Amino acid sequence: MSQAFDIVTIIAVSAGAFFFLAGTVGLLRFPDTLTRLHALTKADNLGLGLVVLGLLPRAGSLSAGLKLVCVWLLVLLASATVSQLIAALATEASGLRGHSMSARAGHSPEAGSSARAARSNGP
Amino acid sequence: MTFALALHIVLAVVVLGLAVWTIVARDTFAAVVGFVVYGLFLALVWVRLGAVDVALAEAAIGGGLNGVLLLGAAARLRTTELSVAPERPSVGLRLAAAVLSVAVATALAAAILLLPDPAPTLAPAAAANAAATGLANPVTNVLMAFRAMDTMLEKVVMLLALVGIWSLAPDRLWGGRPGPRHQADPQGMLAFLARLLPPIGVVVGIYLAWTGANHPGGAFQGATILAAMWLLVMMAGLADAPPVDTRWLRLALIAGPAVFLLVGLGGLWLGAAFLAYPAAYAKALILAIEAAMVLTVAITLGLLVAGPPARSAAP
Repeated sequence: MSQAFDIVTIIAVSAGAFFFLAGTVGLLRFPDTLTRLHALTKADNLGLGLVVLGLLPRAGSLSAGLKLVCVWLLVLLASATVSQLIAALATEASGLRGHSMSARAGHSPEAGSSARAARSNGP
Repeated sequence: MTFALALHIVLAVVVLGLAVWTIVARDTFAAVVGFVVYGLFLALVWVRLGAVDVALAEAAIGGGLNGVLLLGAAARLRTTELSVAPERPSVGLRLAAAVLSVAVATALAAAILLLPDPAPTLAPAAAANAAATGLANPVTNVLMAFRAMDTMLEKVVMLLALVGIWSLAPDRLWGGRPGPRHQADPQGMLAFLARLLPPIGVVVGIYLAWTGANHPGGAFQGATILAAMWLLVMMAGLADAPPVDTRWLRLALIAGPAVFLLVGLGGLWLGAAFLAYPAAYAKALILAIEAAMVLTVAITLGLLVAGPPARSAAP
């Protein structure tokens, strides 16, 4: 039985790590703020969900497992909200400055890193 | 090489790299973001060192509230920064700063490397006397009983910091509301988060403060989360910051140090010494002080971030 749990843990956590990697590649490679936000939040939310899923068999007690799930839900809430806020700001800025903004955003890592900082800061 | 060792090496390299990057970054906003991430990684380092209480405080203060304070400062500097940026300090001044920095770093490194082995510690003494207070968390024991004086003075220092910030207010606005009036779409995402998160945050904050008696946590960490919830509600425009001369606000600000002082003087009255708790009531007294401190610290931190009075008291 414990071997089955180990396999679940290994598969789920590895899959979670893969999604984190994919999200980070998207953050680095995608051309503008909105697509980078999309890559980061979607992939990382799924990645964290898989990591939490993989850790559940090792939680030891029901309350510890519930806490892990709560952590995931709080991160979902925070990252969804923060990505919406940043996206609204980015849309506003590109509306004000026209195409020069999106051209500049392609070279500036600012928006993405602040999304990451604000989000990991949330819960 | 074990996995733990590899993890520690990666953590140390990342923390040092972030520290250097934060210093080197020319853009204030980027430096602040670097500092926040640095705080979060430092919290991980504390977890690996087994100092979970410190990690919680570092994540809440270094990664959280300090970040908000610094982001506010960066936003305020943004308008003036463009005109200041071309001015570089002279070579002599920069050289002097470099020499001073190297000297301080060398002195710190020498102090750490020359520590006697094993390093002097009071940890066994603190652990041996843990039963005296009835609390199981050694960190809380040290903060609230063995070194209670430091903790009390720390709360007074926080009040002094707030007085310092308030004293920046122009005379005509004294007694007004701190900071700008935050406007946000009442149906927007921020207002949504500010309605959904505080109930959860308030429970977590109070739980952290309560569980600090026996497990990692404590009044300061819990109060920081409560302050963050208050700030979130204020930033979403759902509640306005109270005028700084409100009576309940002033009372809440002095509640922590006042209860601490009263209990301390009570210890003097009942015989032993200032801040000596009667053994039978030690736990109850400590919990009472912590409850008052949670209120005071939460309100103080919220007002520290909110800033000096900048508007009239009228809503």
